[in-house]
Amino acid sequence: MQFGIFTVGDLTTDPTTGTTVSEHQRVKDTVELAKHVEQVGLDVFATGEHHNPPFVPSSPTTTLGFIAAQTSRLLLSTSTTLITTNDPVKIAEDYATLQHLADGRVDLMMGRGNTGPVYPWFGKDIRDGIALAVENYALLRRLWTEDVVTWEGKYRTPLQSFTATPRPLDGIAPFVWHGSIRSPEIAEQAAYYGDGFFHNNIFWPMSHTRQMVALYRRRFEHYGHGSADQAIVGLGGQVFMRANSQDAVREFRPYFDNAPVYGHGPSLEEFSRETPLTVGSPQQVIERYAAMADSVGDYQRQLFLIDHAGLPHSTVMEQVEILGTQVVPELRRIAAARKPAHVPDAPTHASRLAAARSLEVSR
Amino acid sequence: MTSPLSSQSRPRRVVVVQAGLGQPSSTRLLGERLAAATRDALLERGQEATVDVVDLREHAHDLANALLTGFPSGALREAVDAVASADAVIAVTPVFQASYSGLFKTFFDVLDEGSLRGTPVLMAATAGTARHSLVLEHAMRPMFAYLKAVTVPTGVFAASEDWGGGDPGQGLSTRVEVAAAELADLVSGRAAAAAPARSGTELADPVPFEELLAR
Repeated sequence: MQFGIFTVGDLTTDPTTGTTVSEHQRVKDTVELAKHVEQVGLDVFATGEHHNPPFVPSSPTTTLGFIAAQTSRLLLSTSTTLITTNDPVKIAEDYATLQHLADGRVDLMMGRGNTGPVYPWFGKDIRDGIALAVENYALLRRLWTEDVVTWEGKYRTPLQSFTATPRPLDGIAPFVWHGSIRSPEIAEQAAYYGDGFFHNNIFWPMSHTRQMVALYRRRFEHYGHGSADQAIVGLGGQVFMRANSQDAVREFRPYFDNAPVYGHGPSLEEFSRETPLTVGSPQQVIERYAAMADSVGDYQRQLFLIDHAGLPHSTVMEQVEILGTQVVPELRRIAAARKPAHVPDAPTHASRLAAARSLEVSR
Repeated sequence: MTSPLSSQSRPRRVVVVQAGLGQPSSTRLLGERLAAATRDALLERGQEATVDVVDLREHAHDLANALLTGFPSGALREAVDAVASADAVIAVTPVFQASYSGLFKTFFDVLDEGSLRGTPVLMAATAGTARHSLVLEHAMRPMFAYLKAVTVPTGVFAASEDWGGGDPGQGLSTRVEVAAAELADLVSGRAAAAAPARSGTELADPVPFEELLAR
């Protein structure tokens, strides 16, 4: 099972000090965070993509390429890549380039983006969100798998005999996850292609996550990619930890109370009860997240949100340390012990290359 | 033994959503009278009914939270599910600043899309003066029309003077009975609503992907 961090990349004032770091500092801190994720033994670092303040990560492959140069084992991913407003041609080229630079340590998570005003900035209309996700992704797949593409669709200039360069590393496209909170069409899309499905699993009741994953698994089997329990599932999560759980609650509360998404609403206790947010000791996090598989089945990837709402960089680094040294080793052990042999691990470049080679040999 | 009642399907679920804040609240009283009259009117038509009352005051915090988080939690979730699966809704609000109260509107704001589609709704409102009575027609009915609910023709408005007695034959009791009879006619003429779709149930199969691709 893969464990990692996903960042939204928000630039939020620290409510306890009133200070806001500069964009420069936030971008640099993000790189340090990703390097630390590798150092403590976690597997994945994923960055969000946003094109409006208060967020900084508008250019994921620039940042991920820079991180790739300073890491050797870390898998680089996105959370999410905007399949609606980005040109699929540019996605194909950017991430194939990143694949070459990172020697295959790349996958992507497709998302529609939930910020209405962003669409017109890129010449699109949010009412076409699902249709854009469907058409753009269908084109993106062809650009990665076919050397010469002639294509015509609704939302983009037609392509005549077009070749996206560079070609994917070893002829293997990056593995793709599709992220959605409540849109069955996206679970259906992931199932149709046999791609991964990721539920962000933060800010929402677990019942949403369970429903969407169950739908994806059922349709994955329907489309003949394997049994439902072999579908590739990823979950998000949100934690804040200190050795003493009361210390964790005390320290995190002002950040919770003023957080951009849910702040000034429910109490930390209510939100912890209703959503997977867990604020407490490492042991409490282990217990809550080890039980996720009871709701969604054995799954392949768990990402944590730990760096939002104005938390100081030093605190975020401590959280990574706690995850890497105290929480994830135990979660790995529990997940490995319960996972049946026929349930696959998350695909990687190496495993996909091996699968493609064995397919060639068997022909 | 076969009674007229047992020949009918299961009891109809009537849910009162009331936004009164006082204790006692004339808004809640009006809701209860409408519910009792509706139950009686349904019995006359050979149909049993159960009545649940949602006091929005009890959900005020959860309603504000739901606006911010995007999902109703705890007891509010149950109230939302009850309304979404009701055979009939009796919606009662006090008039604040010439319209329904913010609390009342917030509840309908957090319902899932389609929750009230086709649901018979009886509207009622209370205020200190009858000069606010068109709130029923100018604020409440358009909102329920947008939600695709089926509103009964008679809305019931109760001003302070109505609680004092009013003219025999023209008074509050008559309006309550007329509106309840209209609601009972709507409810008894249709099949019982589906069982509540509670959170955690399986999602239906979506549009097959080939169809999405072909659009």
